[in-house]
Amino acid sequence: MSEALVTATGVTSVLGTGAAQVRALNNVSLSLNGGELVVLMGPSGSGKTTLLSVLGCMLTPTEGNVHICGLSTAGADAEELAAIRRRFIGFVFQSYHLFPTLTAAENIQLALDVRKQRGRKARARTAEVLKTVGLNHKARAFPRELSGGEQQRVAIARAIVAEPAIILADEPTAALDGTNGQAVMKILASVARVPHRAVLVVTHDTRLTNFADRVLYIEDGRITGEERPRSKIGLEELPANPLRA
Amino acid sequence: MQDVPEIQRRILAFCGFGFRLPFLRGNASEAPHVQVEHRTSPRPFTREPDMPLVLTLASRNLFQDRLRFAATLTGIVFSVVLVMVQLGLYAGFGRMVTTMIDHASADLWVVAKGTTSFEDLSLLDANLEKRLTAIRDVASVDPVVIGFSNWRLPGGAMTPVFVVASDFRQNDLLPWNIVAGKVDDLKQRGTIAADKTYFQRLGVSGLGASVEIRGYPAKIVAVTEGIRSFTTTPYIFADLASARAYTGLPPASVSHFIVRLKPGADRDRLKQDIQSAISGVEVLTPQEFANRSRSFWLFGTGAGAALFAGALLGVIVGTIIVAQTLYSSTKDHLYEFATLRAIGCAKSYIYRVILYQAVLNAVIGYTIAAAVGLIVVALTATSALPIVISKNLIGGIFLLTLVMCVVSALAAIGRTIRMDPVMVLSR
Ligand SMILES: Nc1ncnc2c1ncn2[C@@H]1O[C@H](COP(=O)(O)OP(=O)(O)OP(=O)(O)O)[C@@H](O)[C@H]1O
Ligand SMILES: [Mg+2]
Repeated sequence: MSEALVTATGVTSVLGTGAAQVRALNNVSLSLNGGELVVLMGPSGSGKTTLLSVLGCMLTPTEGNVHICGLSTAGADAEELAAIRRRFIGFVFQSYHLFPTLTAAENIQLALDVRKQRGRKARARTAEVLKTVGLNHKARAFPRELSGGEQQRVAIARAIVAEPAIILADEPTAALDGTNGQAVMKILASVARVPHRAVLVVTHDTRLTNFADRVLYIEDGRITGEERPRSKIGLEELPANPLRA
Repeated sequence: MQDVPEIQRRILAFCGFGFRLPFLRGNASEAPHVQVEHRTSPRPFTREPDMPLVLTLASRNLFQDRLRFAATLTGIVFSVVLVMVQLGLYAGFGRMVTTMIDHASADLWVVAKGTTSFEDLSLLDANLEKRLTAIRDVASVDPVVIGFSNWRLPGGAMTPVFVVASDFRQNDLLPWNIVAGKVDDLKQRGTIAADKTYFQRLGVSGLGASVEIRGYPAKIVAVTEGIRSFTTTPYIFADLASARAYTGLPPASVSHFIVRLKPGADRDRLKQDIQSAISGVEVLTPQEFANRSRSFWLFGTGAGAALFAGALLGVIVGTIIVAQTLYSSTKDHLYEFATLRAIGCAKSYIYRVILYQAVLNAVIGYTIAAAVGLIVVALTATSALPIVISKNLIGGIFLLTLVMCVVSALAAIGRTIRMDPVMVLSR
């Protein structure tokens, strides 16, 4: 385990206004370290997505501090936060959020394009990542021509293609069946097998905890517990390319 | 915070954009043969490998909703054609009102003070000719006589004509586009040139026809084609003496003087010399006289303003239609823009996608509109008021279309500014 890539200290997030005001996060402190996959679990409305938004520099907390790879996000404006996301963070969303008018390969390449990585190198890198998620034969398929599991794999490829230090996934398996969910988790677990990368997965699914190095529990906007699963799948059990094994 | 750059540098090196996932090792990073493999790949995985991805995204967004795209194009084509026609009419009108000045071989025009246009019937004293000729560097001074007259139709009824006369020996203001007869024959008393277009209206068959203008005989000895009048009153060319008879202008008066310079003389200096030597007249260069005529006919009469108002209306309608469709398209793709923002793209990247859409709209819409415009130009070429579309106008309207579409994009861009990327996590 190496040093913390993400640290949150005393993060409180008050959302909404007036009577609808909710303290979605209440004095949360945590860190994500290089080389680990952390699973965040909690009931609906407990603040998981809010926490992911704060850690992912999409939501500025009402109180507290977030450091991304040593950089404080305090006082950063929207453009600076976007720059931090671009540099350090890859997102995987529950509903994939692929671009329907772009092919699988183009969707992935887009993540390189926004980072000004273009041309042959970018295309080669895209092909490489497509292979990683086992979809090189679907490069030219549009999202509507892909199954949910395949779409989420494209989304993961998009998140990892620029090799960000931090991958944040909000219920990446919620829309998938068990087999596809397991496949997606295997990829995410593989992705975390790098000393300088951390992966945080928000999920409801207790079956996914055995991919985790750590499981954090959240309730009513507070971290209520942390555990290290015993039955964690070992590195040797994760094939080099999990989806083609 | 002051050592942030140092941290940044350290972290960047540490997190490294260069490291590979372990299960990818030995794949594409071992470059040489991989590159060859990539180049010879039979199926490139992007459809337009050389097209910038922003442009791909913009064009797909645009073409995906065919109905909306068609509506946008209709709006642009309607507005651009309207603008083209209005400005083309303006240009055509502008050219027509200066046609006499453009065809005269004057170095300077001497006109009565306050003359508004070539067709202005203000008069000058004919004796000024001697005084003008005496001024240094003046090579020649020739009077021009213009005026309305009545042309007797075969049935006995009268129709107005506009007589233009100058000294034909000096080639000051000769009829042009002669299709029958000879200009030389106009030197004889009682001969005229008329335009073919008006023959039916004037009740004559053609060359050689003998008619009566204000009771005086006139014989058509030259026929022109395309000398059309924007006032719809036909132009009749005649020599000075005949013209005086036709218009009733006494010998003591002339309409304008055409002044020519001696070779090598300074026109601006001469202009001043005449101006200071003779009071009650204005000395104008052909360009100044043309501008004055144009501004009188186009703006003094409100015709130009009406044409511009029409063009402006076209621009406004076009802008609103494009703005509306771009805005609704952007709203439909808002989750995609929010996703782009979430994955860290700069604002300018999103603006680029929208602006590319606007520019694509402009280019495609303009191309169709230009084709329609060319047809309209061809159809009106021989009409009383041809639509004239010059190269400058074509370029200008293209720029206008671009500006229109880019301005239209502002509403859509504004929508993305207000968007919060966190929305992608709540759905
Ligand atoms: N924009 C908002 N305005 C007001 N309240 C909000 C807003 N977003 C979230 N909340 C509230 O904050 C709390 C935490 O929401 P959050 O989305 O983080 O929960 P969650 O743990 O992700 O739930 P789920 O498992 O259902 O996705 C909830 O009570 C929610 O109603
Ligand atoms: Mg949630």
